[in-house]
Amino acid sequence: MTVQEVGRARRRKEDAKLLTGRTQWTDNLSRPGVLHVMFLRSPMAHARISRIDVSGARDLPGVVAAFSGQDFAGEQGSLPCAWPVTEDIVIPEHPPMAVSEVRYVGEAVACVVATDRYRAADALEAIEVDYEPLPAVVDMRQALADDGPKVHEAGNKAFSMKLTSGDVEAAFRDAPVVIDRTYVQQRLIPSAMEPRAVLVDTDGEAFTIWSATQIPHVLRVMLAVVTGIPEHKLRVIAPDVGGGFGSKLQVTAEEVLLLLLARRLGKPVKWLETRSEGNLTVHHGRDQIQHVRLAADADGRIRALRVDLLADMGAYLMLLTPGVPTLGAQMCNAIYKMDAYEFACTGVFTTKMPTDAYRGAGRPEATFVIERVMDELAAEIGVDPVEVRRRNWIRHDEFPFTTISGLTYDSGNYEAATERALSLFGYDKLRAEQNDRRDRGDPVQLGIGVSTYTEMCGLAPSRLLGAANFGAGGWEHASVRMLATGKVEVATGTTPHGQGHVTAWSQIVADALGVPFEDVAVLHGDTAIVPKGMDTYGSRSLAVGGVAVVRACEKVRDKARRLAAHLMECSPDDLEFEAGTFTVRGTESRRTIQELANAAFTAHDLPDGVEARLDSDATFDPENFSFPHGTHLCAVEVDTETGMVRIRSYVAVDDIGKVINPLIVDGQLHGGIAQGIAQALFEEAVYDADGNLLTTTMADYLLPSAADLPDFALDRTESPATSNPLGVKGVGEAGTIASTPAVVNAVVDALRPRGVRDIQMPCTPERVWRALAAQEREGGQG
Amino acid sequence: MPRITITVDGIKYEEDVEPRLLLVHLLRERLGRTGTPVGCDTSNCGACTVMLDGKSAKSCSVLAVQADGCDVVTIEGLGTNGTNGSMHPMQRAFHEEHALQCGYCTPGMVMAAIDLLRNDPEPSEETIRQGLEGNLCRCTGYCNIVRAVRRGAQEMGRAVNTP
Repeated sequence: MTVQEVGRARRRKEDAKLLTGRTQWTDNLSRPGVLHVMFLRSPMAHARISRIDVSGARDLPGVVAAFSGQDFAGEQGSLPCAWPVTEDIVIPEHPPMAVSEVRYVGEAVACVVATDRYRAADALEAIEVDYEPLPAVVDMRQALADDGPKVHEAGNKAFSMKLTSGDVEAAFRDAPVVIDRTYVQQRLIPSAMEPRAVLVDTDGEAFTIWSATQIPHVLRVMLAVVTGIPEHKLRVIAPDVGGGFGSKLQVTAEEVLLLLLARRLGKPVKWLETRSEGNLTVHHGRDQIQHVRLAADADGRIRALRVDLLADMGAYLMLLTPGVPTLGAQMCNAIYKMDAYEFACTGVFTTKMPTDAYRGAGRPEATFVIERVMDELAAEIGVDPVEVRRRNWIRHDEFPFTTISGLTYDSGNYEAATERALSLFGYDKLRAEQNDRRDRGDPVQLGIGVSTYTEMCGLAPSRLLGAANFGAGGWEHASVRMLATGKVEVATGTTPHGQGHVTAWSQIVADALGVPFEDVAVLHGDTAIVPKGMDTYGSRSLAVGGVAVVRACEKVRDKARRLAAHLMECSPDDLEFEAGTFTVRGTESRRTIQELANAAFTAHDLPDGVEARLDSDATFDPENFSFPHGTHLCAVEVDTETGMVRIRSYVAVDDIGKVINPLIVDGQLHGGIAQGIAQALFEEAVYDADGNLLTTTMADYLLPSAADLPDFALDRTESPATSNPLGVKGVGEAGTIASTPAVVNAVVDALRPRGVRDIQMPCTPERVWRALAAQEREGGQG
Repeated sequence: MPRITITVDGIKYEEDVEPRLLLVHLLRERLGRTGTPVGCDTSNCGACTVMLDGKSAKSCSVLAVQADGCDVVTIEGLGTNGTNGSMHPMQRAFHEEHALQCGYCTPGMVMAAIDLLRNDPEPSEETIRQGLEGNLCRCTGYCNIVRAVRRGAQEMGRAVNTP
């Protein structure tokens, strides 16, 4: 009897090379005669380039070439935006290297190609640029004023969209409770640990591009579109990639320019980003002003929700920039029932680095706004925050449920996850302690925060993505090939960069084909080896790509069955398949799948219509998104004298459907929760009034270390997804989506008796202290 | 150009280096030790941590000339050689506890973990968290790293105590 692999906490196959330094980061790769590229970047947020002279750099030792944007003006094209969310959206030209005007600090204006990186850095100093300053545009509200300075000639509004469902006006009219709040989603820097890197080689006609990217397949298409180099002359490889979190879901200026430099020079070229360069020029995340109004009955039942977003696009629209905030349209209503709903979003240009997908992409923002306002509703009507959620959420017997914003949630059980979380957390005991500390006037107050989130993920259904003007499909591909010796190779169109697909896919294949886990190899991230794929983002890899693997295995099994029936002279229906062996029912006659793979290889005796080799492929495109959900609870201690916040305990109970590998799932949640906490307490990308980024290094942009975070207590409930045959939902973003409001709710909860009802993120000691001081000045209680 | 002598993972090298060359670039670009990655340029992330004369050092913050005469151990020199060679107990503990995801911070994290055990062979969770403060990980939330360091400490203690 073989052990079922799916569901086992298998240690990862990926680990050995990573632990012993046998890695293939793009920066570890080279080609004979490789030349090194460095970019000169704008120190101005907004300026006209009146003169640029690269000749001084060309004369320096070791320098092979130096170019300005003008030198590539005719061939560099415009960086793509693949998500025009409205018909009349403004998509400005976005030259990879600025030609006449710069619109954010860090925009590339020139580059040097040299024999080594140190020489290239020296030569940047010899380039002369004269800038004519133009006014910076850093504040979204000011940007929308009629008479303000403009980022682009067409103005500062990229788009406006609105979704209305039900009679919102009527629901607000005479509502006993109306909550009106404005929240700020600060700008974040995704900060994958591996900086970006690009290496391009050419044989004079075709090009190989190695890039630290999440999307080699998408990148190949887009590079062909942007540069006009035929797609079949491009091969893109994502070797080992050190984290992404959305930041490597991009078609970057540097990828386009390295390709063009390789073509211009006919030589291999390589670029490696420094971290300070990356903080300036890897797309940022979040950055919204959220105006939310909620109408409710006196008992807390929601009548209507109205959300109005201003979303900072930065200076240009990059690959998915406008789509990120508009995902909120379907997500702000979250797990709750209501009579009416309105979501409006305006995308605003500013002279800052463009924003784009960052872990959760649109859903953390939406979850924050609804989960924060639910706490305000609870406070307003004087009931427990968990109870007010219970009164409004979709009951588990109501699934499948079509929400007010139009999505159909296939499965879920909010009651079960919440009950489990409350008991694991010791909710009642902590509330008692909180009351005790309040009564005692303890300078260290206890706060309790809850977040009952859901999300739409498994970014997939091509039909729905098309309806949302998304520029691509959401299918995923896999091919499964049994080799002559009975081993298995799986080529997946997903592109892991830390998620553990090699291990998880091996588990799936081991069960599906009845082969040992160790006998499966998983190939990915190379458009020549895996010709079809849509890559990894939006928690889609398992729910879409994993299912494609299952489908391909089913086809392999069907082919093996036909071959087995032929060889054992029986009907395919007479065969039983178990643990990798076909047995003629009621007999001793059997063939293992490995024997059949060999028979399909030698092809000496194949039935009519069966081709040589035991392999197949499959493409999967689900009917619906998947909807993980869960209940996260956070207890914080807030020192009212210093403003310091310390997380005392954190419990997360998530329902992500069926689990392939619990070890990997817990790891994804740990990291996701940490990133959400980081937004709540630590991180913020800060621009000054002139549009200079002040947080250009890891000394200024505070990523949490081990000393800043607690351990997390995790558990799961399981409501299998009905939209895919594995019953899986996706887990890559859940932790990040859930945790930010849980933490901020806890901080505000600690201080609510003192009159505090919001603290802008990140809730640093200074912000907390100032919020308390402001209340004391206004004569608040406490 | 100054000439330095340096031992890396048991091999002795003599190299002529520019005075400004960073140790990490010497390791990566001249000596082929690409197992040690670079994650930042302000010595905050710790990805480039190596052992320099037995103590952990961020190799982006050391000039190659400063390492003249030193003994350097990188992640590639921790275990025994070859694909069938065995890993250091701390590397094994990271594997067992799933203390890595993308793996980019891992070489530095493993080095820092081994170094913190020099001062405290049986560290508490608090000590481990404080001791790893100079090494950033974006994937794991540190939960499993802390568990791995504990396990690694136990196994290293066992190895020392075994005659």
